[in-house]
Formats: sequence, structure tokens, C-alpha cells
Amino acid sequence: MAELVYRIRGLKKEYADRVVVDIEQLDIHTGEFLVIVGPSGAGKSTLLRLLNFLEPPTSGEIYFQDQLLGASSPLLEWRRRVTTVFQRPILLRARVRENIVLGLSFRDERADDRIEKILARVGLSAFAQQPAHKLSGGELQRVALARALVINPSVLLLDEPTANLDPYNVGMIEEIVREHNRAQRTTVVLVTHNIFQARRLGTRVGLMLGGRLIEVNATNAFFNSASDPRTAAFVRGEMIY
Amino acid sequence: MDEIFRGFLHALRFIFSADPALVEIVWLSMRVTGVALFISTLIGVPVGAALGLTRRRARGLIAALLYTGMGLPPVVVGLFVYLMLSRSGPLGMLDWLFTPSAMIAAQIIIAFPLVAGLTMTAVQGVDANLPLQVRALGANRAQEIWTILREARIGVIAAIVAAFGGIVSEVGAVMLVGGNIEGKTRVLTTAIVLNTRTGDFDLAIALGIILLGLAFAANAALLQLQKRGGD
Ligand SMILES: Nc1ncnc2c1ncn2[C@@H]1O[C@H](COP(=O)(O)OP(=O)(O)OP(=O)(O)O)[C@@H](O)[C@H]1O
Ligand SMILES: [Mg+2]
Repeated sequence: MAELVYRIRGLKKEYADRVVVDIEQLDIHTGEFLVIVGPSGAGKSTLLRLLNFLEPPTSGEIYFQDQLLGASSPLLEWRRRVTTVFQRPILLRARVRENIVLGLSFRDERADDRIEKILARVGLSAFAQQPAHKLSGGELQRVALARALVINPSVLLLDEPTANLDPYNVGMIEEIVREHNRAQRTTVVLVTHNIFQARRLGTRVGLMLGGRLIEVNATNAFFNSASDPRTAAFVRGEMIY
Repeated sequence: MDEIFRGFLHALRFIFSADPALVEIVWLSMRVTGVALFISTLIGVPVGAALGLTRRRARGLIAALLYTGMGLPPVVVGLFVYLMLSRSGPLGMLDWLFTPSAMIAAQIIIAFPLVAGLTMTAVQGVDANLPLQVRALGANRAQEIWTILREARIGVIAAIVAAFGGIVSEVGAVMLVGGNIEGKTRVLTTAIVLNTRTGDFDLAIALGIILLGLAFAANAALLQLQKRGGD
């Protein structure tokens, strides 16, 4: 397996001439747990959409597992090695189990044992046959996580997955993600507003500001000896723009 | 009051004796409405879905046309189809006027905008972020569209129910283009009009009961389908 999942050079994303993502250089290593923090509007969600190949970049290079993204790239195949859990879980009007099966069904795969295991892991075995829209917020997000993990992605992207959840659900989701990252060597990129969560989970943490990656550093260094004053300010909880 | 009650009894006798003329009328009604609804659904659901999935600006004019079509007076549709199919009309060579085909054509024009317009609304009502989520889970374009349609299914069935309601009880258009010819183009609604005019209230009531029963049965079936899809 490639040592780098993503190798990013001069990546730009513009909407109507407004540059929203502008990343000089970023390497994401196979199996690492990268956390991205930054104020609202910094371009974090947009970066995740680019990493999931849901939108094309305006310019720049993304190498995915050593292959350069271009017009002839097998986008669907790449997209099927990556998945995203969004802040607001969007489930189908169907039973919990049918929701969890969704990604597998797109791939014409069956994996009943994996489904049962993941249902148990997110504590929803008893809910498998329940209509998903009757679940609580935390349960919904656990279904969304289960449906992402059941396809065994190489890369798991998480966009503020615990932003509106209670401590019990936050803890459970963090634990499951960490477990997957360690046991399966799933590469994880987590976007969060919670710097404590960043500290708990990340092997590296990056600060995004106005579309740029200001600093990416090992977690300890990021929090204790940041090389950029803006990082230090952000860590102290000061407003930065 | 007495008359209605007697008519009602006669009507029941008619129905249970399965009068051949009656059976023919019922059968033709079901055929015309069934075929018209089937074709409208076959075209209307994909068209409505495609419109629901396109960007708001691009669909503006077509959407406005569809919404207008949803409110078309059936008599006007009948007149239009009549003119198209009349001997000197552009489609006169089809020789469809005063045949069930003409009635089906008119009912399709009434039903299609209802199916397409309400399907469009149903698809637009699906969470705007669902396509992104579904693609993130690895759907190709066809799987993405199918998933969105499935998510809109309750609204799509409501669209079909509304279209069915719009044509099953419709009389103006089928009267104009079908001509209410006995044994050929007489359907439940036109027969009710005729028998009421000639004072044959027993028959008119019998036909009315059957029409109501058919409409109820069809709607119950569709709603059952909707309920099953609801969980
Ligand atoms: N599809 C789009 N079209 C136009 N502008 C967009 C689009 N998506 C995002 N933007 C703009 O890009 C900027 C960055 O958005 P993004 O959602 O990536 O920020 P974010 O860092 O995730 O913010 P938050 O923390 O609030 O989620 C914002 O100003 C947003 O308005
Ligand atoms: Mg965001």
C-alpha cells in the first residue's frame, strides 16, 4: 500500500471567483489520524469534499494513492475507497439496517456478518428493524458512522460528526473511530471545532484559515510549541481571522 | 327521497345481475382511465424527477408550464384534442375521433402535468444534501437518482393518486372526444350524464355507486402502497 494516501500540491477551489481552498502543500499518510481545526468559513468542509472526490478542484494537484487526479481518473472507483460522515446525519426513510446496507448495496456487496458486528459496536443491534427517522440525534449519527465503516473505507472523512451530541455519544463515536483507525489502519481526517477533541484524537493537527493551511504539526507540537503565532492564538481560544 | 331509495335498490340489483351493458361500460372506463394513468405515470415520473433534480433556474419555464397544465379545465383539453383529431385537423388521418384512443389521449393530457408536476415537487422536497451523502457512500449517477426517487416515493404516489382523481371522474373531455356512443365509447361518467337526463335514475345511481367504488378501491390500493413505503 502507498505510504501517502493523498499528496496535495497547489490545490485551489474557487466558487464564483472566490478562493475558498488554497493549499500549497499537504501530505496525508496512510493510517494517520489528521485533525483539521479552524474558524467557520475557513474552507474545512470544502477540503473534505475535494478529498472525497465529490467536487473537482479548480486547479492544482491531488495524488490519491500515488495516482494523479485528472480527467481520466476512475473517479467512482476512488470515491468508493473514501467516505464522509457529515455533521447532520442524512438517513433514508427506511429501517436502520437498510440504511447501514446502503453503501454496500451501491457496490453490489453483501456482508451480513460485518453488518451485525458494526450494529453491535454502535449499540444499535436492537434497533436494526426500527424506522431510522424515529431515532434520537445521537443514535442517528451512530447509524451514519456504522454505514460509513461497514464499507471498510481506506479513508474516513468526518465533518464535525459530534458537534451536537451529548458526552456519551461523543465518547462512543470517538472510541469507535479511534479503534478503526488503529485496527484497520483506516486513514482518518476529522474536522472539528472542539480543540480538546483534536488533542484527544489527532496524530497531527492542522489549522485552516481563509482557505489556507496555516500549520500542520504533530499534536503535541501543535498545542504546546506552535510554529505560527496564529496557531498559538487559536489554541488559547482567541478569535483569529 | 323515496325515488332515491328505490333507485338505490334497483341499482344494487343491476350491479349484482352483472348486466352486460353495465359490465361493458365499467370495463371501458377502467381501460381508458387505467391506460391513460399508466402512460402518464410512465412519462410523467421520469420527467418530473428530471426536473426536480435540475437546477432551479433551468427548470423555471417548464415548471411554470407544468403547473399551468395541472389546472387545465378538462373541457378545454377535450376541445383541443377534438380539433387535433377532427377530419380537417393535423392528426385527422389517425381516425381516432369518437374512439377510446381519443379518450385516452385527452386523459393523458389531463393526467400528465399532474403526475410530472407533483413528482417534481416531491423530488425537490427531498433533503438537498442527500445527493452529496449518497455519492459519498459510493453511488454512481443511476444509483444516486434511484435513491432520491425512492426517498420521494410517498410524494410520487400522491402524484399518481392526484392524477387518477383528475381523470376517473372526468366527463367533459371524454364526452367531447368520445361522443358517448353506446357499446363503443360510453363510460361511467358519460353514461351517468345521459341516464340522468333521460330520467333513468336507477341506472344512473348504479353507475354512480360503481364509480365511487372503483375510485375508492384504487385510492385505497395506492395509499396502501404509500403506507408500506412510509417506514
Ligand atoms: N457550493 C458552494 N458555492 C459557493 N460557495 C460555497 C460553496 N460551498 C462553500 N462555499 C463557501 O466557501 C467558504 C468555505 O465554506 P466551508 O463550508 O468549506 O467552511 P467550513 O470551514 O467548513 O466552515 P464551518 O466551520 O462553518 O463548517 C464559505 O464562505 C462558504 O460560503
Ligand atoms: Mg463545515
